[in-house]
Amino acid sequence: MGSNMAEAHPVGFQWVMEAKKNGARVVHVDPRFTRTSALADQYVRIRAGTDIAFLGGVVHHVLSNDLDFREYVAAYTNAAFLVNEGFADTEDLDGLFSGYDPATGSYDTTTWDYEGASQRVTAPMETGMGGPPIEGAAGGIAQDPTLQHPRCVFQVLKRHFSRYTPEMVERVCGVPREQFLQVCDDWTANSGRERTAALIYSVGWTQHTVGAQNIRAGAIVQLLLGNIGRPGGGIYALRGHANIQGSTDIPTLFDLLPGYLPMPRAGQADLTAYLDRVRARNQKGYWEEADAYLVSLLKEYFGDAATADNDFGFGWLPRINGDHGTYRTTMDMIDGRVFGYLVMGQNPAVGSANGRLQRLALANLDWLVVRDLTMIETASFWKDAPEVETGEIAPERCRTEVFFLPAAAHTEKAGSFTQTQRMVQWREKGAEPVGDQRSDLWFFHQLWRRVRERVADSTDPRDEPLQRLAWDYRTEGDEPDPQDVLRRINGIDLTTGRTVDGFTDLRSDGTTACGCWQYSGVYKDEVNQAARRKPHDQQGPYDPEWGWTWPANRRLLYNRASADLDGRPWSERKELVWWDPDQGRWTGHDVPDFPLTTPPGFDPPADARGPAALRGDDPFTMQADGKGWLFAPTGVVDGPLPTHYEPHESPVRNPLYRQQSNPTRRVYPRPENPYDPSPPEGDPDVFPFVLTASRLTEHHTAGGMSRQLPHLAELQPELTVEVSPELARLRGLTHLGWAHVVTARAAVEARVYVTDRMAPLRLDGQVVHQVWMPFHWGPTGLVTGDSFNDLLGVVADANVLIQESKVATCDVRPGRRPRGAELTAFLERLRSRAGITSATGTTLLTAGRSPTNPPPREAP
Amino acid sequence: MSGNPIERRLRGWLDAWPVYRQLTGPDRLGRGAAAQSPRSAALRPHTDTPGPPARSVCPYCAVGCAQLVYADAGRAVQIEGDPDSPVSRGRLCPKGSASLQLVTGPQREQEVRYRAPYATEWADLPLDTAMDMIADRVLDARRRGWQDTDDQGNVLRRTTGLAGLGGATTDNEENYLFKKLWTALGAVQIENQARI
Repeated sequence: MGSNMAEAHPVGFQWVMEAKKNGARVVHVDPRFTRTSALADQYVRIRAGTDIAFLGGVVHHVLSNDLDFREYVAAYTNAAFLVNEGFADTEDLDGLFSGYDPATGSYDTTTWDYEGASQRVTAPMETGMGGPPIEGAAGGIAQDPTLQHPRCVFQVLKRHFSRYTPEMVERVCGVPREQFLQVCDDWTANSGRERTAALIYSVGWTQHTVGAQNIRAGAIVQLLLGNIGRPGGGIYALRGHANIQGSTDIPTLFDLLPGYLPMPRAGQADLTAYLDRVRARNQKGYWEEADAYLVSLLKEYFGDAATADNDFGFGWLPRINGDHGTYRTTMDMIDGRVFGYLVMGQNPAVGSANGRLQRLALANLDWLVVRDLTMIETASFWKDAPEVETGEIAPERCRTEVFFLPAAAHTEKAGSFTQTQRMVQWREKGAEPVGDQRSDLWFFHQLWRRVRERVADSTDPRDEPLQRLAWDYRTEGDEPDPQDVLRRINGIDLTTGRTVDGFTDLRSDGTTACGCWQYSGVYKDEVNQAARRKPHDQQGPYDPEWGWTWPANRRLLYNRASADLDGRPWSERKELVWWDPDQGRWTGHDVPDFPLTTPPGFDPPADARGPAALRGDDPFTMQADGKGWLFAPTGVVDGPLPTHYEPHESPVRNPLYRQQSNPTRRVYPRPENPYDPSPPEGDPDVFPFVLTASRLTEHHTAGGMSRQLPHLAELQPELTVEVSPELARLRGLTHLGWAHVVTARAAVEARVYVTDRMAPLRLDGQVVHQVWMPFHWGPTGLVTGDSFNDLLGVVADANVLIQESKVATCDVRPGRRPRGAELTAFLERLRSRAGITSATGTTLLTAGRSPTNPPPREAP
Repeated sequence: MSGNPIERRLRGWLDAWPVYRQLTGPDRLGRGAAAQSPRSAALRPHTDTPGPPARSVCPYCAVGCAQLVYADAGRAVQIEGDPDSPVSRGRLCPKGSASLQLVTGPQREQEVRYRAPYATEWADLPLDTAMDMIADRVLDARRRGWQDTDDQGNVLRRTTGLAGLGGATTDNEENYLFKKLWTALGAVQIENQARI
């Protein structure tokens, strides 16, 4: 679901085909019949943005027919834990959970807590990788192992999805009952002791105002069916860039330090205050040792200058206090609050939602540095942006100073990428860059050198972190040796000067330095483990000697769950790791994801904490309570359970609740970012169709790495819009003729592709037409075209601030779009006809009544 | 060499004629030596390079297909899938297969391009000068956007004067130094494709 794997990850898809050859049943759920659908056993057409209703229906089906893997669920998930008495569900509050504050559009999550345990109210992205802290989690949480208590998670879950019946799935998603039940049958029949089912998603799930909850919904189904931590099971997030996994682990993200440690926040005066927010004093699992990870990072950052006496330099770190995400920053550029912008290997002018907003931001900078292989629209916007045609940007009036620095290609530098299954693979350097082409490693090293020179004699305390920054990497010529950087990321035992073996070697006393605890082991024994290349035909099915997978070269996370409560594989067919009573340790085909000598029946003493507090049946070793979370008592800001909300822009009134859309979604009302109206507040008549988008095999993202290549440009030369024959008739569209797609933001023209790959959906008598476009074009390259992303507005998931770009509303009209000033006037007329103001779409609460007596909100 | 110059020329002319070679030589079906021209006889595989190929990884999506990069005199001449890889077993998709064009095509910029404020065209700029100018501007933007504390007096110790974007197409080691330098500068606005 949410993935067209055959098209977007074709070489990975060979494994799905292998599985199919071995008897696996492949089901594809997607708004459009795609290359993946063509190879699946069953294709299910779904309305874009209704995945939670579909998955909630699966949960309902599983629970109402007792099809869950009960032994697994009772022991390995939080099904038995009791929830706070004050908790009220969306069933009680018309689509809201208890604790909603209409003034801030956010939840006080106190009432979602486990009974007797206390979590602290958390802001989005506050707690990092290990999930939120739960005070008291190590001591055991009130529970009912029979799963009968009305407030136990299992029963709460059952009630929450009680109305997600096959009939409701049909009304919401447009999926016929029989098709839906066939999916349920396949999924449940292929789960349990002997069989497992895998779930695959891509940005078709994440790019929604309910993105995080889409994934939560998938996780709930997979936990109920016992498909997590077991071979052939799992949830696969297929990522779209060569190192997008790595750039999240070793992040270039505002809210994270390396290893998913959260960025310090305003008000965290010292290291202790920071750690108190990150983990609880008496919780379970490896995240309890976050102090060792953070202190080791500070030792890598500041070297000898980081000491116990100065909190290891914690005070030198900048603090965040809100949304500093890419869209917020873009708007701050338009408002003149950001002066300079460094962009490397990314092309926001055509690659981010609301392209005009992006380009107006670029045009209001003092300076812009773009590092890329080729001249991209983000660097040349001042002369070729569509706004030049409309007169909104004119070179002679645009003050942005632009530096374009040519980058070295992946073949011209050594370094590592982390692929979509967390495997770090080293690339050798094969060729030399020419002219001014340089690696980014060179760039940052040279920038550091120059900055350091300029602040060398400063007495300003704000320059201290720059002066104390440890930057003594081994160099080759005028740039750092990337292997030495990876070695420091792995971590060094400062008492011996040798690399540490793994993250369990890291200490909080300043005797280890480590750039990213999660990658500890990638340079074990002073060897670049990511460079290992033992051919697959010379090793076993898990190929442990090809590259290196975080953490600890473990290929399957939570694999303790592949064994039963006694530590034996659930079945011989599905064995992976198990407890060896003779050796007194866990062993198996993969690196066990559990304290190696903790036996399956272990019951820790009451005062234990951290990894030592894990019971023998706590497979989720990063969670504060050791369990897989069917119900998220904290940490997910828009609810402890996924709930169907309509997309921010939708022609459909929510059939389940009067709360139309996610009540916590981030809206950004401003003139450059108007929204199409949706019920109940507005009439969708002007923009009546559902718009969605995805990739083509032959292009990559916004096209910066593909539109310029003759082979790829020839294979997919032109932007198209796919419509059903019904919609083509309705709008007078001709196959291969021109049409323009319009939203409140933009009009984008494309060639019409009339195909029965698209089909209208019938929901409660309402016919919903869906429209699909690829998003790879822009004004430069061998093949050019309008940019799909111009059509989108910016509205985001409150958990992770990802924009909703997989669903919006639109109209499709025959012929080419207006140009220049006519285009501006045309869009103005449309907005006026649709009654769009800056307030349109920004009313978050539509539940019809406020929750009674919302509890007082604790300041985050 | 036998025969006189005229015979030799005639023989040379006949030998250059594929039909003659096909009729008189061992390649009766004309699929091999008979059909060869001097040009095709001199052709070598792209993979016939002086050293072993570099073991690399495809730069497009995140499947992580292994590539073998064949180079001659510092320039990539062929990129193929690596059959040893447990991920890709030697396969590449159309993008991965086109990556030689990505790294060697004429679209690659080789020199710094500079556009002064209000300029209507690009200009040249030496790389060193560009780096000096960028360093000056980074520190200036940092200073102008500096924030010591928030409204409640909590320490912020940061700047919002500059922002960085990118990471999903660059290496772990590069991203590590990007975040490290940005953090030391006090710059909090750093984002990449993972956010979108």
